[in-house]
Amino acid sequence: MNKILYKEKLSSEVFKIVVEAPLIAQARKPGQFVILQYGGDFGERIPLTIADADPDKGTITLIFQAVGDSTHRLALKEVGDSVDNILGPLGHPTEIKKYGKVVCVGGGIGVAPLHPIAQAMKAAGNEVKIIMGARNKSLLIMEKEMSAIADELIIVTDDGSFGRKGLVTEPLKDLCETWKPDCVVAIGPPIMMKFCALTTKPYGIHTIVSLNTIMIDGTGMCGGCRVSVGGETKFVCVDGPEFDGHLVDWDNMMMRLGTYRPQEQESHHRCHIGLNIPEGEA
Amino acid sequence: MHRSKDELDSLARSQLAELEGKSLSMKDRGQIPVQEMPTQEPEQRIHNMDEVATGYTESQVKVEALRCLQCKNKPCVQGCPVAIDIPAFIAKAAQGDFAGATETIKQSSLLPAICGRVCPQESQCQKFCTVGKMHKDVDQAVAIGRIERFVADWTRENGCDKLPEIAPPTGKKVAVVGSGPASISAAADLRRAGHEVVMFEALHKAGGVLVYGIPEFRLPKAIVQKELDNLTAMGVHIELDFLVGRTRTLSDLMTKDGFSAVFVGSGAGLPKFMSIPGENYIGVFSANEYLTRSNLMKAYDVGKSHTPLFESHKVAVFGGGNVAMDAARTAIRLGADEVTIVYRRTEAEMPARKEEVAHAKEEGIRFLFLHAPLKIEADDKGRVTGVELIACELGEPDASGRRSPVEIPGTERVEAFDTVIVAIGNASNPLIKQTTPGIETNRRGNFIVDEETCETSIPGVYAGGDIVLGAATVILAMGQGRKAAKAMNRYLATL
Ligand SMILES: Cc1cc2nc3c(=O)[nH]c(=O)nc-3n(C[C@H](O)[C@H](O)[C@H](O)COP(=O)(O)OP(=O)(O)OC[C@H]3O[C@@H](n4cnc5c(N)ncnc54)[C@H](O)[C@@H]3O)c2cc1C
Ligand SMILES: Cc1cc2nc3c(=O)[nH]c(=O)nc-3n(C[C@H](O)[C@H](O)[C@H](O)COP(=O)(O)OP(=O)(O)OC[C@H]3O[C@@H](n4cnc5c(N)ncnc54)[C@H](O)[C@@H]3O)c2cc1C
Ligand code: SF4
Ligand code: SF4
Ligand code: FES
Repeated sequence: MNKILYKEKLSSEVFKIVVEAPLIAQARKPGQFVILQYGGDFGERIPLTIADADPDKGTITLIFQAVGDSTHRLALKEVGDSVDNILGPLGHPTEIKKYGKVVCVGGGIGVAPLHPIAQAMKAAGNEVKIIMGARNKSLLIMEKEMSAIADELIIVTDDGSFGRKGLVTEPLKDLCETWKPDCVVAIGPPIMMKFCALTTKPYGIHTIVSLNTIMIDGTGMCGGCRVSVGGETKFVCVDGPEFDGHLVDWDNMMMRLGTYRPQEQESHHRCHIGLNIPEGEA
Repeated sequence: MHRSKDELDSLARSQLAELEGKSLSMKDRGQIPVQEMPTQEPEQRIHNMDEVATGYTESQVKVEALRCLQCKNKPCVQGCPVAIDIPAFIAKAAQGDFAGATETIKQSSLLPAICGRVCPQESQCQKFCTVGKMHKDVDQAVAIGRIERFVADWTRENGCDKLPEIAPPTGKKVAVVGSGPASISAAADLRRAGHEVVMFEALHKAGGVLVYGIPEFRLPKAIVQKELDNLTAMGVHIELDFLVGRTRTLSDLMTKDGFSAVFVGSGAGLPKFMSIPGENYIGVFSANEYLTRSNLMKAYDVGKSHTPLFESHKVAVFGGGNVAMDAARTAIRLGADEVTIVYRRTEAEMPARKEEVAHAKEEGIRFLFLHAPLKIEADDKGRVTGVELIACELGEPDASGRRSPVEIPGTERVEAFDTVIVAIGNASNPLIKQTTPGIETNRRGNFIVDEETCETSIPGVYAGGDIVLGAATVILAMGQGRKAAKAMNRYLATL
């Protein structure tokens, strides 16, 4: 049993929880994730990135967006409640080293997993510029934390309600032209990562992405998380979650994410009851 | 023709009335007809997940036990990987001493209720049975597995299962990685010797393939749970959600956490794909994923489970082993209209248990022998629409003695399917190897161990089951778990 010690609503549909998980807190490195399961025999297993950890207190921080049935159920949990099962840390840690100049790009909820990576990149002696994007101002998260790390922080929103109006790829292209980074880390919705990779490709800049495929076990047993990278089938949970963005077959990956769309839509409809998310925002 | 349990039972009763009290000659015994296993009717069972074979009745088991000739040289025993004293337990079953029969079995096998159900008996114990030889038909052999299952079930259901005695504490701590049959047996034998035993399992439920792979309709999960409860009652501590290699490394367990020895039973949980075009389309699953969703995540219970299931109408399953049968029969139960097993060789070469193949046929599974898939096709949304197949013929026997399939050019054609399940086997999970410097593995990633002791290249680290044997069987995994535990107990005594 892993007790929830802290909970905060970061935006209309994004929540932060701090959970007891002493062994994971000790072992985890930036870029790694956990798999949660709750709700007894019938609960789903859902992967979430470890956004932060405190090895002394034995806690990990998770930041998640209530997008569907299981994440909504998680959002309904309160301080003092427990999550039945947490497995981790899973996946390979990010390859943190001194690249020189690093651009970190975070889209939507992707800012959360990006945070520890940006922090570690900075600590490794890199110059770090951060681009954050969201659909609108109310969905922006962790702006303060990110600005504390960044040598420069650029914020964009789709509707211009905060920062520059536009997509993250626009400032990214500018930086590729003018600042010439040595490495780009992009985490966010697949479509965003795809276009970030396409943006950096002509410049030959090493681009790390973190894939959020559908997973079950997270140990390499089911193959449900597989993607095609450089023409080879890879399991995201054990070979990733981070890959060279220029080699990922994005179209196939995005197709596979839609495998259960008909079933998800139905349960999404059911799960909204009780969460008080304004119509249209979820 | 399907015969109900009641019909089979009344038949057995009248047979028993005739046989009991008589002194039976070898010939008399050989002429008793083999007792048919009662099953749920095919029409009914494809709509539920309950066990298909419902087990002998008491009269049936007694009649079946009377068929055994009590051969002096016990040919059947050489076919059992753990050398159960088969005639001895069958003699007790014939007398109605079911608890005694179980006790005899338990000297060699810790999991008779499970092995009685899932052992490929026709290629193990029953293959060597004299009665089968007399009839020149292995199906006429004494139904050793069914008797084993009956006595084990009877003993459990009547509360006669005794927990083994535990030796006084030795003060030594042992780690067992994984919770499949190899690990369950190793943990039991290590605990019996008085060591503190901690079992580490990655998933949120223990039991290994017995829980996430083999479906409920073939092995009720309550039976596996009972074995795990027994372990807990013996004092084994089961730690779930613990991935050795990530949560802690194997070396951490030994150098920092005070474990003097480790048994690794991490199984063969890495699904193989075929590397044909289209394998990553929507609707293509490994059998592991398909079965895990249904079994472990309970996705078959659509109203309750939060894990979604893919809606299938026409399913193709590639492969011919137990895993393929389980996937196909699960698909039928999950509501598919038509399920086809595509196998490159013929029925004779299929590695699946004979009984499962027969059950699959009764359930309307279609078998397409001598065919191989070339390519999976999909629509513009990436959803599977069909499979390109090619016909094969059997060529010359290869090194393993099996005749290998040869594709016949010009026979390519496309058949429509919306779901493809790949069940061509599992390789070993590389995580522990990757995170444990010094552990030696073979070309296929299996741990190399000493044949007598199951010790790996690292002193104090032992391994058994599928991680050593490749995808094998429950009884072999169990046998290795026990062999390793014996050697570990010796090793621990020297520390
Ligand atoms: C390695 C990894 C790390 C992740 N880290 C985070 C994180 O830190 N914070 C966070 O909010 N989310 C994260 N995700 C995504 C998160 O796991 C999914 O949002 C969650 O599983 C959705 O479950 P659900 O039942 O609520 O939604 P569902 O009803 O299952 O799905 C709702 C929507 O989410 C999409 N979806 C389903 N499963 C996934 C998935 N695994 N990844 C992405 N989209 C999915 C569906 O296509 C659908 O559009 C991560 C995923 C992976 C693989
Ligand atoms: C669908 C299917 C049907 C089968 N049918 C039959 C049958 O009818 N008859 C038969 O005899 N055999 C059958 N088999 C084969 C049989 O199940 C296996 O040979 C047997 O289960 C192997 O046992 P094991 O103890 O080696 O490992 P497993 O049962 O594979 O258990 C290994 C366990 O270790 C865990 N694990 C792995 N890595 C780690 C780690 N790093 N840290 C912690 N835990 C870890 C896994 O999660 C798993 O629970 C079947 C297999 C499958 C998949
Ligand atoms: S354990 Fe398996 S092989 Fe051995 S006697 Fe029982 S059914 Fe036969
Ligand atoms: S070989 Fe057959 S008949 Fe002979 S002892 Fe074994 S089970 Fe009985
Ligand atoms: S989640 Fe099952 S193999 Fe990656």
